[in-house]
Amino acid sequence: MKSILLSTALVAFGAGAALADGHSVVRMGTEGAYPPYNFINDNGEVDGFERELGDELCARAELTCEWVTNEWDSIIPNLVSGNYDTIIAGMSITDERKEQIDFTQNYTQPDPSAFLAMDGTMIDMGSAVIAAQTGTIQASYVAENGATLLEFATPDETIAAVRNGEADAVLADSAFLAPFAEESAELAIVGESVLIGGGVGMGIRKSDGELRDKFDAAIQSMKDDGSLNEMITKWEVGELF
Amino acid sequence: MFSYCTDPASLEGLTWLSCYLTTGKHMSIYWSVGTVLLLLAITAPTALLFGFGGATAARAPFAPLRWLGKGYIAIVRGVPDIAFFLFFVIALDQFFEWIRHSVKCPDWDEPIRQGNDFVVCAEAKLPLGNAAQWVHETYGFFLAVLTFAIVFGAFAANVLFGAMKAVPRAQMETAEAYGMTPRQSFWRIMVPQMWVYALPGLSNLWMVLIKATPLLFLLGVEDIVYWARELGGSKTARFTDYPHGDWRMWYFFALLVFYLLFTKVSEVVLDRIMKRLTHGQATAGGEAQRKAA
Repeated sequence: MKSILLSTALVAFGAGAALADGHSVVRMGTEGAYPPYNFINDNGEVDGFERELGDELCARAELTCEWVTNEWDSIIPNLVSGNYDTIIAGMSITDERKEQIDFTQNYTQPDPSAFLAMDGTMIDMGSAVIAAQTGTIQASYVAENGATLLEFATPDETIAAVRNGEADAVLADSAFLAPFAEESAELAIVGESVLIGGGVGMGIRKSDGELRDKFDAAIQSMKDDGSLNEMITKWEVGELF
Repeated sequence: MFSYCTDPASLEGLTWLSCYLTTGKHMSIYWSVGTVLLLLAITAPTALLFGFGGATAARAPFAPLRWLGKGYIAIVRGVPDIAFFLFFVIALDQFFEWIRHSVKCPDWDEPIRQGNDFVVCAEAKLPLGNAAQWVHETYGFFLAVLTFAIVFGAFAANVLFGAMKAVPRAQMETAEAYGMTPRQSFWRIMVPQMWVYALPGLSNLWMVLIKATPLLFLLGVEDIVYWARELGGSKTARFTDYPHGDWRMWYFFALLVFYLLFTKVSEVVLDRIMKRLTHGQATAGGEAQRKAA
């Protein structure tokens, strides 16, 4: 009897200890194909605004973090089944996504989305063919506003679709599109930008409230001391807080 | 990589290319070629094993075993690969974790399913949450091998099932006449002879398997097609030292050459195996060989 009690106590203790350091390593899931938010640099490592931000947040929350990449399409299913612990991939906070996962507070302002098209194109939302990445807020926006939506799995393909005439324009975050417009003579930002979504936040499992609170506090502290604004300016990802 | 690569913007022609092709990011695509080859090398025999098991079960005299074999073949062949890969792997992973959870954390009182979330205790995580990245990658690779083996095993099972039936009845009757037990005649007569009937179907499967590796990325294993797309996409000067336009065509062309060479080599090898297997068989090919000799 004594030994049973002892072993139960040990098991309980073991479980408790494991819970306490349940997140001894926090795995940060990102896409790695959406500069300046996140991309793979020349050395094959995850880089970009969110890499720098994520590392700083982990330092402030005193967490050990590790970066993993996952395809955008399956980024939410893999989070809820526990293959990584956060999504930090330029994911805008929307009500639809909130049904599946929780978000921290936003770390960028709602980013104006812009249309990128061949220089001189006029965009008429009624009849235009607009390319957008599958499962993004921009894709739902296009679908809701009557234009023909052309979906692609990666952001890069949306740009290629405009170059080869398949689509009239791409709708995506301005921060992502701006470098393309600057560097290419034939492409330009056209029309007026639209405000969609509630800013970008980190996606976290609903059952993982503790982790969300930690990151929330870290983001708040970066907002308070202005370091978040510095990063936003450095990577040009939209308005300051 | 090379010492002269410190300022790529000043380089031109082949020197630039030599630096470009040896960046850390390009090393990843070379690695992924190895990953794909390793996957094929492990998956092919494993799938064949699954197939052999499935085919043997499908023709077992014991009914429940036969239903199992036939069910496996019918269900897995009927489900689209991509659905299987998206659903099955996550389910398999959760199944492993659930078993570990039940064994390791019997005192856990929270539900495992909380809305969308699948929550098990930290010790039951597979691999452990704090394991190194390579452990996660190896585990993902292992899941990939298992999934590929199950999917292609079902197709192989159907091929082998047919091949076993194609072995001339006279051969089996002779074995029985010599007093061999069913087990003996299966292993000594049927199995050695069935391969010649199975090979055309199996070689088809092998070719399909070679080209199915892009499904790997659904499982989080980065394969060559993923890297070709990623490396070939246009790069602006802000985020890389090697800006370029949309070069995906060239990368995919390289892939095309790779796959064509690979299938060519496979064909040559399979042809040789076919020749050996035909030797002395009661088939048209075996007859032709006998006359030529």
